[in-house]
Amino acid sequence: MKPTEYFAASRLLIVAGKGGVGKTVVTAALARAAAMAGRSSLIVEVEGKSGLPLMFGHPELGYDELVLHKGGGTDGHAEVTARTITPDAALIEYLEDHGLSRISKRLVSSGALDIVATAAPGIRDILVLGKVKQLQRSAAADVIILDAPAAGHAITFLRSARGLMDAVKVGPINTQAKDVLELLEDHDACQVLLVTLPEETPVNELVETAFSLEDQVGVGLGPVVVNGLYEDYPGLGEPAAKAAEDADVSLLAGEAEALDEAAEFRRHRIALQADQVDRLSEQLPLPQLTMPFLFQSEIGPDELDRLARAMLVGIEALDVDLTLGEGS
Amino acid sequence: MSGPTGDETLETLVREREIIVCCGSGGVGKTTTAAVIALQAAEAGRKAVVVTIDPAKRLADALGLDGLTNEPSRIDGDFPGELSAMMLDTKSTFDDLVGAHASDDEQRRRILDNSFYRNISGALSGTQEYMAMEKLYELHDGRNSGKHDFDLIVIDTPPTRNALDFLEAPSRLTRFLDHRLYKIMTAPNRGVLKAVNMAAQTFVRSIAKVVGADVIDDAIAFFQAFDGMEQGFKDRATKVEELLRADDTAFVLVASPRRDTMDEATFFAEKLAEGGIPVRSLVINRMHPNFADGLAEATRERANSLDGQAIGDLYRNLADFQLVSSREEEHLAVLAETVAPAPVVRVPFLRSDVHDLDGLREIETYLR
Repeated sequence: MKPTEYFAASRLLIVAGKGGVGKTVVTAALARAAAMAGRSSLIVEVEGKSGLPLMFGHPELGYDELVLHKGGGTDGHAEVTARTITPDAALIEYLEDHGLSRISKRLVSSGALDIVATAAPGIRDILVLGKVKQLQRSAAADVIILDAPAAGHAITFLRSARGLMDAVKVGPINTQAKDVLELLEDHDACQVLLVTLPEETPVNELVETAFSLEDQVGVGLGPVVVNGLYEDYPGLGEPAAKAAEDADVSLLAGEAEALDEAAEFRRHRIALQADQVDRLSEQLPLPQLTMPFLFQSEIGPDELDRLARAMLVGIEALDVDLTLGEGS
Repeated sequence: MSGPTGDETLETLVREREIIVCCGSGGVGKTTTAAVIALQAAEAGRKAVVVTIDPAKRLADALGLDGLTNEPSRIDGDFPGELSAMMLDTKSTFDDLVGAHASDDEQRRRILDNSFYRNISGALSGTQEYMAMEKLYELHDGRNSGKHDFDLIVIDTPPTRNALDFLEAPSRLTRFLDHRLYKIMTAPNRGVLKAVNMAAQTFVRSIAKVVGADVIDDAIAFFQAFDGMEQGFKDRATKVEELLRADDTAFVLVASPRRDTMDEATFFAEKLAEGGIPVRSLVINRMHPNFADGLAEATRERANSLDGQAIGDLYRNLADFQLVSSREEEHLAVLAETVAPAPVVRVPFLRSDVHDLDGLREIETYLR
């Protein structure tokens, strides 16, 4: 499938996964890949402080809206922007819009904000999603990529629309919940991408989350992103001493052992990872996008470009019928 | 409270403290670390219990946590001490707390049946944190009542970005429970307070317009039912906070070696310090192994000069590990300085994933 089609106009991609699997890296790589394909993207973060701007070489940590990558250059790349919508800010803004602007400070200091959020659970989430829908409707970018809250929160977060429609039967919140649910259930306009590492526990949790999301939210699931795969090198099966001899190279004392040990470690992990990827395919009939482990502890612009290119290769290989519209 | 002296290893903490709180951001292996610490204490002959928040299924199975009991259950194993584990059930911990403070069964029932109350454990942020601390207090206090006799309680905390969130959770929740919403609604509109009450009532009515009158009625009914219990909750919250700051309590910060999680851990440690709580030990999980000394760049150059041959691939692989390992050490140095003189414990990226007692034992060898 052509990346330009995948990052189609006004599409919303929701990236979800448990903490530590690289949700934010995947969000950034998707946006960068969209830019490379000439599609502008808007990243929406909901948890405040994150390392996302750093991945684009941008030092700023807190921000409202930020251009992470300028488009329109000779390379044909499109723009990447990012903004944060925190749940509390969304709730305050909403209440202010509904005749409570004079007392918005008191909302926080009196604890009334907590009371509202407890009286109508999910109200913060629905307001964040409502804002996202607004952005999508106003065509803020070709594609909107939402870095969803971590772990089990993702299910609660996406289920908020349905829950609130039951709890609050009339009024503006009910209307907003309906509106959001309509977006989530529109499989052409909205997809959830679940992220995992090729390890036992994250894979189990991803499979569980996938089924919960389909059953409880009715949301369309896009390809699963498997992050952190060790790339294989063809020569790793060769003992170092023999490989050195073949290449007519002499090794220092202890060097053969170090090379062998490192090769064995990598091959062992590659085999474990392959088992987990197979298990994931068996348990979850969704296409997969894979991202390599970069042997870095930090993702900067160069690393992000590599990941984005891997993402594009994966998207090219996707079967159109599997990922678009009613076929999913 | 005295600061860390630097000569207390994690192993000393495990042998001597009464409470160890494992904190840090999500996905760094906190639950596993907490389980390993409890296992280590049991192996040192102590009676240890680990309270986990949300263990992965296989670890939960390994720890015998398949049923949600909200009470510790013993784990059989070959160690001189005792090992128990439990999974925190936020809602029933809260129910128990209500039961303990209610003046009679009628008040208890009215609260437990209220739909606003039933939303609290799922929707009010900070509740899970507070209930974790409450459970900790209950287990610790059980020694006085003879209900429990644990030497060491290890507690896994919910993943929070801000350390103060859970330090402040008890007082935040009591402030919330103390909200006199119903007094505002039912107060007479007379006298000097009239203006205040009028404004407040307008305020509540506006909120009701937005979220619906039903949910506000439920909230008011809850605060009415809760009336009279605030003081009990406040006193308890004060005791819980004192326990967290007690000399016998040690905070262990858990992190993974990625730059972003190290930054988060640094932020976390700074916030703890602001709250007057020192980090007693730092555990870094999943450090990549380094197989050779020397610079990654030099090895990479050698690999490039041998490109296309097996030996080139072998060098490239070695350089990969040298690079990631040195970068991890660089980031760790910053964090280590923040928590100094607390010792740093490095747990390497293991060959296999950990999900049973043997796996925990393997990690334990690095915690000494």
